[in-house]
Amino acid sequence: MLAMVIKEFRQLRRDRRTLAMLVVMPLVLLTVLGYAASFDVTSVRTVVVGPRAEAAAARLPGVLEVVAVRPDDGRAEAVRELRDGRAAVALVTGGDQVTALVDGADLFSARAAVQAFAGRSETAAAAGGPRVDVEVLFNPDLRTPVIMVPGLIGIILVFVGTMATALGVVRERQSGTLEQLAVMPFRPRDVFLGKVLPYFCVAAVDLTVVVVAGLLLFDVPFRGNVLVLALGALLFLFVTLGFGVLISTVSENQGQAIQLAIMTLLPQVLLSGLIFPLQAMAAGVRWIGYLLPLTYFIQISRGVMVRGAPLSALAVPLLALAALGLAVFTLSVIRFRRDLAPTGQEPEPEPEPEPEPEPGSVPAAAGGAR
Amino acid sequence: MTAGASDAGHEHAERQPGSGGPGSDAPGSGGPGQAERRPRVRFGVEDLVVAYHGRTAVAGVTLEVAPGEVAGMVGGDGAGKTTVLRALAGAVRPASGTVRRPPARRIGYVSAGPGVYRDLTVDENLAFAGAAYGLRGSALSERAGRLLDRTGLAGARDRLGGQLSGGMRQKLALAMAMLHEPRLLVLDEPTTGVDPVSRAELWRLVAHAAATGAAVVVATSYLDEAERTGSVLVLDQGRPLVAGTPEAVVAGIPGAVLDAPARPDRGTAWRRGARWRVWSPDGSTVPGASPVAPDLEDAVIVAALAARERAARDKEVAA
Repeated sequence: MLAMVIKEFRQLRRDRRTLAMLVVMPLVLLTVLGYAASFDVTSVRTVVVGPRAEAAAARLPGVLEVVAVRPDDGRAEAVRELRDGRAAVALVTGGDQVTALVDGADLFSARAAVQAFAGRSETAAAAGGPRVDVEVLFNPDLRTPVIMVPGLIGIILVFVGTMATALGVVRERQSGTLEQLAVMPFRPRDVFLGKVLPYFCVAAVDLTVVVVAGLLLFDVPFRGNVLVLALGALLFLFVTLGFGVLISTVSENQGQAIQLAIMTLLPQVLLSGLIFPLQAMAAGVRWIGYLLPLTYFIQISRGVMVRGAPLSALAVPLLALAALGLAVFTLSVIRFRRDLAPTGQEPEPEPEPEPEPEPGSVPAAAGGAR
Repeated sequence: MTAGASDAGHEHAERQPGSGGPGSDAPGSGGPGQAERRPRVRFGVEDLVVAYHGRTAVAGVTLEVAPGEVAGMVGGDGAGKTTVLRALAGAVRPASGTVRRPPARRIGYVSAGPGVYRDLTVDENLAFAGAAYGLRGSALSERAGRLLDRTGLAGARDRLGGQLSGGMRQKLALAMAMLHEPRLLVLDEPTTGVDPVSRAELWRLVAHAAATGAAVVVATSYLDEAERTGSVLVLDQGRPLVAGTPEAVVAGIPGAVLDAPARPDRGTAWRRGARWRVWSPDGSTVPGASPVAPDLEDAVIVAALAARERAARDKEVAA
C-alpha cells in the first residue's frame, strides 16, 4: 500500500494544477467567501426628491446612504433614477405623505430598505411624524426568480462560451488535428473564427431559449429593449469565448481544460453579484467582482429585463464588457496564432495561378530574417 | 493540374538566422538574395536546427528531395524524425537553417497523430480536407472517389474516423493529404502499428504519389521500407548519422558484418531473427562467424555503434 501512496504523491507533485486546486483553492475560497458571502446590505444608495427633501434626508434610517438630494425633482425623475440603476431607493417628499420608491430588482438592498422603513414607520407614527409609504417597483413581490433568471442567462453563456469552446479546441490539439490545421492553407483567423462561430450560434440559441423559458415559466418580466440585451450578450460572449480559447492554449487535455474553466467559473458565480450582492461584500473582494465579466452582464440583463433600463443607462457595463472582450480576445488570438502560424507566416487564403517557372529559386527571407 | 517534374518555380524558402541575427550568416554565403541554379526544384531542409523550450531537438540536419522521389528518414524513438518533418511541413519554426517547401496549399502532411477527425465519417473527413485546399463539387468527389477506391475505403465511407482500424485510419489520413495532389508530401510514420497488408497498400499509394510528380519525405521505423526509397537519412539523437542512397549507405559500412548461428565471444553482436550478426570494425574475421552481405538494417545498426564508439573515444581523449 505504501508503494501506492508514494506513487500517488509523486504524480500529484507533478500535476501542479490539481495540487493548486486542492491546496490553494480552499484557502482562496475560504478568504473570499468569508468576506463575500453575505446577504446583509448595510448601505443602500438613496436619492431624496421633492420640496421637503432636505429635511427628509436628515431623518432617514442609517442604512440608507443619501447620494443625492434634489428638491426640484419629482416622482418621475425619481423613478428614472431607479430604472437607470443610479439608486436603489428614492424618497419622494411633498404633501403630508412621503413615498419611498424601492428598486425590487436590487433584491437585497430592497429588503434592507423595506425592513428599515418598517421599523421607522412605527416610531414615526408614535411620534406623530409623517407616514412613509413604501412602494416596491419592478419586482413588487420581491421574488427571487425575477433577479436570478437574468443572472442565470449569464452562467449559461459562460458554460457554452468558456467550457464548450475550450473543450472543442483542446480536442483538436489532443487528437493532433490542430497541427494538421497549422499546416493547411488556412489563415489563423480563419481557423479561430471557424472554431468559435459555431459555439457562438449555440450560445445565441441557448440565450433565446433561456430568456423565453424565464418569461413563461418564472413569470420574469422583460421591460426593456431586446436589442440592448442582445448587444450585452454579444459583448459578453466575446469575453467568454476568448476565455475558452485562452484556456485551451494552456491546456494539454480536456481534463486540464475543465479544471481551468471551473476555476474561472467559480469566482464569477460567487463574486459577480449573482448570488451575493456586491454591496454586501468587503471592499477588497468587491474589486475582484468588478474585474469579472459576469458582473457587468448581470447588471445589463437585470437592467434590461427587470427595470427596462435604456442603452444610455447601461453604458458603463457595456463599455466594461467591450474593454474586457477586447483584452481577452486579443490575448487569445495571439496565443492561438502561436499554435497556428508557427513559422510566423500566413498562407494565402485562395489558390492563385502559379507564376511562370523561374530559372532557379529566390529564397525569400522570412520571419524577420532581414 | 499535375505537379510534374518540369513544374518548377513558385518555391518557397525561408531562412532562419542564428541567435546572433543576420550578421551571423556564414561569411561569403552571398546572402539570401542570391539564387542558386538548380535543374529542378528540390524541397528539403539545410543545416536545420530546431529547439523546443531552449532544448535542441535536432541540429545540423540536411535533407533534400526532388519531385518524383521518395526520401526516407529512419532513426529510433526520439531521434528527431518528427521534428524534421514538422519543420519541413511548416508546423514548427526552426532556430536556424533553411527550409525549402512549396506554399502551404501544395503541401500534404500526415502527422504522427495521424490527424483524422474521429467524430467525422470518412466522407466528411475527405470533404473537410478538400475544402481546406479549395476543392469542391465534382473535382472533389471525383478525386475522393478515386482515392477511396485505391485505399479500399470505398466501403467505409459512412464510418466514423474513430471506428476505423489503425491501418484504415492511416490510409484515410494519407488520402486526405493526397487529395489536393500536393507537390510535397510529408509523412510521419504512416505505417507504424499497421498490419503488413495495409503497409503494402499504403506504400503503393506513396509510390503512386511520387510517380505522379510529388516529392515525398517519409519517416519510418521499418528499415525494409527505407530500403525502397531513393535516399535515406539516418538520425540519431537529433543528429544525422549517415545519408545517401540505401545502396551507398550499405556500401559505406566501416569494417565487416558477419553472420553467426550463436553469439560469438568477440565483437559487437546483435540478433537477426534466429541468428546473430557481428560487427568487426577492422574487417578481421571472428571465430564461428562468416562474412555476409549486409543490408540497410545492418548498416543503420553499425552506424549507430560506430557513432557510440567515436563518442566514447572522444570522451576518453577529453578526459
